[in-house]
Amino acid sequence: MSVTEMFSYIQGFLSADQDVREDIRKVVQSLEQTAREILTVLQSVHQPSGFKEIPTKCAKARELFCTVRMQITDLKTKFPVEQYYRFHEHWRFVLQRLAFLAAFVVYLESEALVTREEVARILGIEVEREKGFHLDVEDYLAGVLIMASELSRLAVNSVTAGDYTRPLRISNFINELDSGFRLLNLKNDPLRKRYDGLKYDVKKIEEVVYDLSIRGLAKEPEAGGDK
Amino acid sequence: MNRREGEGCPRKNVTAAQEHDTSVNPSSPVIAAFRVFQQELDTKHDKYERLVKISRDVTIESKRAIFLLHRVSNVPDAEEVLNEADVKLDGVRQKIGQIAEELRGEDIYQYHRAYTPGIQEYVEAISFLHYIRHRSLISLEEINARLVFMRTEKADSKSSADALPPGAQVLTFQVTPSDYLLGVADLTGELMRLCISSVGNGDIDTPFQLSQFLRQIHDGFSYIGNTGPYEVSKKLHTLRQSLGKVEDACYTLRVRGSEIPKHMLADVFSSRTALIDPEEGVV
Repeated sequence: MSVTEMFSYIQGFLSADQDVREDIRKVVQSLEQTAREILTVLQSVHQPSGFKEIPTKCAKARELFCTVRMQITDLKTKFPVEQYYRFHEHWRFVLQRLAFLAAFVVYLESEALVTREEVARILGIEVEREKGFHLDVEDYLAGVLIMASELSRLAVNSVTAGDYTRPLRISNFINELDSGFRLLNLKNDPLRKRYDGLKYDVKKIEEVVYDLSIRGLAKEPEAGGDK
Repeated sequence: MNRREGEGCPRKNVTAAQEHDTSVNPSSPVIAAFRVFQQELDTKHDKYERLVKISRDVTIESKRAIFLLHRVSNVPDAEEVLNEADVKLDGVRQKIGQIAEELRGEDIYQYHRAYTPGIQEYVEAISFLHYIRHRSLISLEEINARLVFMRTEKADSKSSADALPPGAQVLTFQVTPSDYLLGVADLTGELMRLCISSVGNGDIDTPFQLSQFLRQIHDGFSYIGNTGPYEVSKKLHTLRQSLGKVEDACYTLRVRGSEIPKHMLADVFSSRTALIDPEEGVV
């Protein structure tokens, strides 16, 4: 094989690769769009009026996850499944956002940490790599960490809205999450960087709990008529 | 803070105690889940580190093979050196076999970053050897064809029980086109050095052959342009410099080769490449 032939063979490979990436990028763009829509729906829980509507907001978000499942099914057809990590960078960000959104919905509904299996089910993907398009454990953990900072915001806003018990529950939850993350031996990677931010969320929530405690506001849900 | 809360109200006391409990309670579902994640992440990181280590060994051994090949121009028996390099590269292939072993059943791109430097160095070494032997560019298929490994020891223990088909014990390693491309880009640097040293040995033909070969590779890279991975465009710059040096060398040989005794060519040549000779007209 001559040098020229060799290079045109490689060039053929590279341009095929680029086409695949282009296709993936298009689908990922629409996924990002849906993720933003879900986020907008869920953001309204931070409004004072939004606290009563949490169940309806969650139901609406779950409807939108149907679109996500369809788009991910579409994404799966764009590349050979055993090359997941070759193109991982393209959907890594959006998958983390979606993991966060799924975790947030589940938290709002049941105040429990979503399992990786549950996230995978909501997104219509697999947990194990061998079975197809899957949720990488690091992406799941990154999603959970995004949720932690969202919850620290929620703790602040629930006080403003007059719900004084929620911050205590959030505090318990975050503390448990924190001790969970302490078990991990993280490398010096993006996940580690994000984990380093968790302590500020913990701190923020503890401050809220402290403020409520010294004012005796944390007693009864009904006693919270901040006048 | 816990003390304060405890004073505040009994109800809070309970939650505070719970909170304390959950943070140490090993049976909590969250903690249990994170123990699973811990294991999964550790397994992944360990594998990655092992691959990095093998890759470093591959790099070192390949570099040594390249240094050995540079000696080819000033020893009488070139074939001996080439065979020695062959043996060295066989050792490197054994190591790549270990990489293939680690990657068995994995998504090869998941760990690609761990072993790509070693593979690029191997491509550089094997293509350098191939060039010296055959004066042509080794193809990707030829490289991959040599990276087929037979697993024997492990298969033996198993096959005694359930007689695995022989095909199941064959492991292959595929060099990706971009690793190949980057390895070939590094090869051009070695060819430039080979060109310089062959002038030093009074070899007049090799530089011309090399400049032609390098020009072909350069054209190939220009053809690929920016469709390749982004490292390629960085290497293209170095490639241009190497090509420039070799072309300058050929120019010098052509212009002055007939005037200067062969044993002095090296001196003329090195001053020529170091900077544009200011005394061009004087000599």
